Amino acid sequence: MTLFRSYLKARARHEGRARPAATVRHVHLSDAPMVFVPLRMAGEAAAPLGAMVGCDPAEPRLLVVPQPRDRDLRFAFAAELASVMVPYIERYAADSEEVEARTPYPRCLDAPQIIVPNRGALAFVRLLGRSTRFRRTDGPHAVDPLVPVLGRWLTYLHGRGEYAGSAMLLSLTDALAAHWVTGQSDAEDTDPAALLGWIDPPAGMTGPEAAAVAEDPRRSPPPGPDTDPDFDRRVLQPSIADYDASGSADRVRAALHDQLRPTWDLVWRGVALLRTLPEAPSAVLRWERDRASLAGENARIAEGGLSQGRWDSAVAAARRLAMLEIAQQTYEAGRAFDDPLVMAEYRAEGVAFAGEVVAVEPDRKIIPPGGKRPVVRPLVTVKTADPLRLAPGKKVLSPSRPRQAGQILSAEDGTVVVQINGGVKDGVPEVGETVCYADLDPSGGRRPPLPALEETPWTHGGPPQEYVPTDEDAQEAWS
Amino acid sequence: MSVTGGGEYGPGRLAALRGPVEPIDHNARTIAALAANPGCDRRAVLDAAGVDKGRTIRHLGHPPRFGLSPFAMFRNEQFKAIVKDDDGARLAGLLREVLHLTTAETAYQTTGEEAGASREVRHRRTADLLRDAAQAGRAATLLDRPLLKLAVAGHDVYLEPDVIAFQAEGRFHIVAIKAFAVIDGQAETAKVSAAAREAAVYVHAMRALFADLGLDPERVSHDVVLVCPKDFGNVPTATLVDVRHQLLVLDRQLGRLKGVDRILAALPADLTFDLGRPAAEVAAALSAVGARYAPECLAACEMAAFCRAEAHACDSLAALGRSVRDDFGGVGSVAGAIGLAEGAVLPEDDQSEVAERLRHIHRIYDEAVV
Ligand code: SF4
Repeated sequence: MTLFRSYLKARARHEGRARPAATVRHVHLSDAPMVFVPLRMAGEAAAPLGAMVGCDPAEPRLLVVPQPRDRDLRFAFAAELASVMVPYIERYAADSEEVEARTPYPRCLDAPQIIVPNRGALAFVRLLGRSTRFRRTDGPHAVDPLVPVLGRWLTYLHGRGEYAGSAMLLSLTDALAAHWVTGQSDAEDTDPAALLGWIDPPAGMTGPEAAAVAEDPRRSPPPGPDTDPDFDRRVLQPSIADYDASGSADRVRAALHDQLRPTWDLVWRGVALLRTLPEAPSAVLRWERDRASLAGENARIAEGGLSQGRWDSAVAAARRLAMLEIAQQTYEAGRAFDDPLVMAEYRAEGVAFAGEVVAVEPDRKIIPPGGKRPVVRPLVTVKTADPLRLAPGKKVLSPSRPRQAGQILSAEDGTVVVQINGGVKDGVPEVGETVCYADLDPSGGRRPPLPALEETPWTHGGPPQEYVPTDEDAQEAWS
Repeated sequence: MSVTGGGEYGPGRLAALRGPVEPIDHNARTIAALAANPGCDRRAVLDAAGVDKGRTIRHLGHPPRFGLSPFAMFRNEQFKAIVKDDDGARLAGLLREVLHLTTAETAYQTTGEEAGASREVRHRRTADLLRDAAQAGRAATLLDRPLLKLAVAGHDVYLEPDVIAFQAEGRFHIVAIKAFAVIDGQAETAKVSAAAREAAVYVHAMRALFADLGLDPERVSHDVVLVCPKDFGNVPTATLVDVRHQLLVLDRQLGRLKGVDRILAALPADLTFDLGRPAAEVAAALSAVGARYAPECLAACEMAAFCRAEAHACDSLAALGRSVRDDFGGVGSVAGAIGLAEGAVLPEDDQSEVAERLRHIHRIYDEAVV
């Protein structure tokens, strides 16, 4: 952690309330997000117990598996979930435009957005996708035709969600923690109730008081996907026994409803809280990338592409890692350029600085090393109180003129001289102006070239084979 | 736990601390957890005395944290039964494969919980069976539920017999059966590390027993076998896990815990955590023993809710995260850190650098936030 964030934690603790860590919203929010709150059976990797799902805060759809050890009931759950989620996702996936570019590409007009309470639920989404996408819809162990389709989409959304700044599948606690810092530890921030207690405590309560209420499983059910062991013993086990005896799922439904509803309401409250912040400009760009990715996946499915394999090929895995890295850098830089509060952390770390322009030489000309003719290379002198750690020669960019390439010539005693190497058309800063420069590049300009999948050299095994699911995959037990 | 020996203060002192109840059983999980917060005197004393921390925290009015769901228990038992089915024939097959053995025959033995055999008896039987196995010729041996003991904080404790000892070709392996799934060759990292830490406790205990029996402790392998369900089904899969690192850590922590006498020496002679007393008295007694709360305790120690409240009451920075405390260098409290940032508190000599950075952060944060 940086001292900046540690300071915010200490300050939040001192004041008894979360402190803002952003002035704008760095995540795009859909007009019609779908909230999904899953619960799983204790002791099982991905046996669903129940879920709340839907787009209307007032009308959650409750799905339950009244006997979680019954394979048929699990697939009935998956089919019902698919009947809600698949049409929601495909409505967006089917609707695309062609974007003009050097190589034109399709982009969906909008995209689905599924919001889950926390990272545990994200991991559950991945396992749910993994356990349903290889299912056969005919022959022995046939499942509802929508089940493998759901598995495919969940697998895709989870994979895409690993890219920093992607917003089609979000964990609420991660989204909130990117915008507020609480006075509790990171581990404690994974409970949406405690986190919201710090950010927006009920009237008359402090953050820690609200978080304490949220933490007591007797007073507020855990956010899932794991249930409270005590609830399992006292309430759920007898309810399941009741179903076994009577065939009526009423008691299980009532029990799971009471566990899910508070978290369902919290997720919507968290979303509403995030909406109070104005959307950051680069969040719109990142959402465009999500929309383009969705169109790509939709085309892959339409062309009869096979389901995602169990494992990435070595090349695909290396490529994916590089892409994740680029997404991370672009996201971090974009956030800082959009938000002075995020930039402040970089300033505190000495990789960015802000201050007043005290001198400008707009018409300065030099002959660059190796060149013959003089070129315009303006100088901007900035007075700063920031503890800059960037050495002369470092390339820097400024949020107010992001296309203008700068380079530090000297930095001494709070006076930094920046030479403008390009993009002079955007206008050189004027004396008296407050400027900020950072060793960050939101355009992802430092991206290493990546081989396209089909161009994988034979030295790396040639183009990877697409994964063909086997009979074994289709029949794999889900018990 | 049974106290069979001890240091200077002996069983009497520890029994007085615990109050008039039987000491609780230790298991590999609780011993592995000792290593999670090695610097904590409070935990060392509670564990050495065999205090039931779960009951203690409830007595103090905090909700319990480490309950196990009946469904998880059922699943564990169900999977163990599947793996051990047929007197371990299936398990023997898995082990032959993962250890590349050619041995055909495997004898299955158990230490016997029948007839209310005492722990001492079962431990002796475990020792006999292991000695026999060590001298066995070609035949492999599966010894189910060996009862091992371990010296913790200068006192011997019995380990809940939750593993299998497997001998083949003269080498011994600890086999742990866990019900978490290995999906596409991967399991949850946290669960694998927890299993490895626990298995290391058994390796350690078995090596100690071998030394007592005059056998070479190195015959107990540092490669333990983890048996888990494959993907989403019930088919078991076995993986070798090297626990050398976990053994080193455990060794070091157990070494430190030997010093519990030194901690006891500094405590009031009439101190007790007897749960027959009112909560406030128990709380005061606990507070008399120094603690070192950090958020990691939440996942490792039943006392976390109590120690956390105490740490926050003392305005502790470490309670927000060990890295938070480290970031602030030598600053002692939340109020101290904020005071330095606001310039209201004068920095001590070694704090001038962090104080300067904090004043800068305080200023640019307030500028940006409005
Ligand atoms: S919770 Fe308390 S007793 Fe347990 S290790 Fe942490 S500080 Fe020590």
